[in-house]
Amino acid sequence: MSEQTTHSAFRLVVVNAGISDPSSTKLLGDRVAQSARDIAEQRGHTVAVTTVDLRELLPELSGALASGLLGQRFTAAVDALREADGVIASTPVYKAGPSGLFSSFFQVLDNDLLIAKPIALGATAGTARHALVVDEQMRSLFAYLRALSVPTSVFASTEDWQDKSLGTRIDRAAFELVLLMESGFERSVRGESWRQYQHEYGSAGGTELSIDLNSDLMRLATGGSLAPENAGITGIDEG
Amino acid sequence: MQFGIFSVSDITRDPVNGVTPSEAERIDATVNAAVKAEEVGLDVFAIGEHHNPPFFSSSPTTLLAHIAALTKRLVVTTSTTLITTNDPVRIAEEYAMLQHLSKGRMDVMLGRGNTAPVYPWFGQDIRQGLPLALEHYNLLHRLWREDVVDWEGRFRTPLQGFTSTPRPLDDVPPFVWHGSIRTPEIAEQAAFYGDGFFANHIFWPKEHTQRMVEFYRQRFEHYGHGSAKQAIVGLGGQTYVAKNSQDAKSEFRPYFDEAPVYGHGPTLEEFTEMTPLAVGSPQEIIDKTLSFREYVGDYQRQLFLIDHAGLPAGAVQDQLELLGSEVIPVLRKEMDARRDPEVPDAPTHQSLVKAKYGDADPRQPRPNANRGDNVTGGSPYQDTDEIAGDGDSTGESAEEVSA
Repeated sequence: MSEQTTHSAFRLVVVNAGISDPSSTKLLGDRVAQSARDIAEQRGHTVAVTTVDLRELLPELSGALASGLLGQRFTAAVDALREADGVIASTPVYKAGPSGLFSSFFQVLDNDLLIAKPIALGATAGTARHALVVDEQMRSLFAYLRALSVPTSVFASTEDWQDKSLGTRIDRAAFELVLLMESGFERSVRGESWRQYQHEYGSAGGTELSIDLNSDLMRLATGGSLAPENAGITGIDEG
Repeated sequence: MQFGIFSVSDITRDPVNGVTPSEAERIDATVNAAVKAEEVGLDVFAIGEHHNPPFFSSSPTTLLAHIAALTKRLVVTTSTTLITTNDPVRIAEEYAMLQHLSKGRMDVMLGRGNTAPVYPWFGQDIRQGLPLALEHYNLLHRLWREDVVDWEGRFRTPLQGFTSTPRPLDDVPPFVWHGSIRTPEIAEQAAFYGDGFFANHIFWPKEHTQRMVEFYRQRFEHYGHGSAKQAIVGLGGQTYVAKNSQDAKSEFRPYFDEAPVYGHGPTLEEFTEMTPLAVGSPQEIIDKTLSFREYVGDYQRQLFLIDHAGLPAGAVQDQLELLGSEVIPVLRKEMDARRDPEVPDAPTHQSLVKAKYGDADPRQPRPNANRGDNVTGGSPYQDTDEIAGDGDSTGESAEEVSA
């Protein structure tokens, strides 16, 4: 195997659902980002980090949830995620789950916005008893969005902040994230397989604008007929 | 340029006085609003179609026929007629009847609807909503253009030698608008047939509307109906107008904040910024409406939503008064002055008759005598040659009208 020789400029986006500033949730996201940056730079890449503090989106969240209308800050966050090579998502655990703000934010996004993007998941909590929230709740959310979660989850309860092993897990997750960004997985999936995923006109943060004029539905739109009952109709399958 | 109002027929509690109008009151108020729209100089009245409370408009052609009888000039139409859950045969029959009774002062806008439970009420499956809409319209298009139709499809029992009666007035099919928010297939179908495309416009950022209209215009040209700028485009809008801006905002705000669709979400100011909603003085309504053509091009029909979310009947009448006296006349003048001279007006029955027949008399179908079996054969009308029911063509009446 030849040595990695491609040097890339990675765009990394930290999505922080911590409510105060500073907060341990923001700190966790920032530490993963810093570690990923260090690792990537050692490997000859450059990294630009953008942080999306979800608290700043709160005034726009009610409108986004009620009517799907995204305000300026929401739109900027979507733009950043769309252009991201890697994502770090960090949330506090409330009532044994990711914060409502965190979940709501990702529920508003287009289904195809994060397809194949590497993502490192982090959560903070007041007690170690919430340790499986990342694996059991956050992973399923990002699985639905077809994002690629790194193997190491970064969970930090109050006592973890004094434990060196948190730093080890942060570095491990960051290393995995950098490797996945380096692999070009997202680029290949989007380049070669994008049409295999379901899209809506204007989805993927407003960029999914191609129209397939040769689909069964387009033939039907222009006076054609459908194939017999038992044949599938392409383009309207679930998932 | 046509200006009008469109209603979804919601019966909503007035959040200011807490009163919910009865169905009877709301239906009367809607008829009065339509009549008032003509009085103050508007051109079009459109009603939606729903089959569940709190809406009243399950039977649009009955309402529209009544309104047509009370008016002289107003064009009555829908916003929208459900092409999914209605049998296209019934749409063909009912709207042809409306066309006769209104003497051609009607057209129809087709849409899929957004209420999931309505599909099973009419024996349909929402998962098939889009192919259902497309197939149904292909059939409807033929039913209005061919005296005798043989048809087979996926979503409806086959037809053999079927004649939809009455034939369209002057044998000219009603003009059709296709309403869609973000479905390119619907825009494609509108373009393929040379029909109109209507963008609801009111709940979405303008980029959505802009993209869909642009696609429709390109495809309209592609199918040879004229240049892209000559495609037939309609837009929705939403206004609340008062003599001065502050009154408009303070009067409308309680209705906005409690509105069934977007209430308790974005603020009035945010919604105004992000969507075509215009709340303010006549000049503010004029300025905002004039900005629409900057992103969709010159268009033919502008409908305003002015009666939803529990706004009382009196306020709707006041809205119409102000729109008719201070807003629409200015918009008409300004938009006419800016319009590209090659852009046509929205088709009317008169213009479609002219396009089909020139100065000749329109066809007036007269049926042959009932053969006793209540089944029409190859040629049910006196002016058409008897042909075997091979489903091919029925002569002149099968020609498409290219407006």
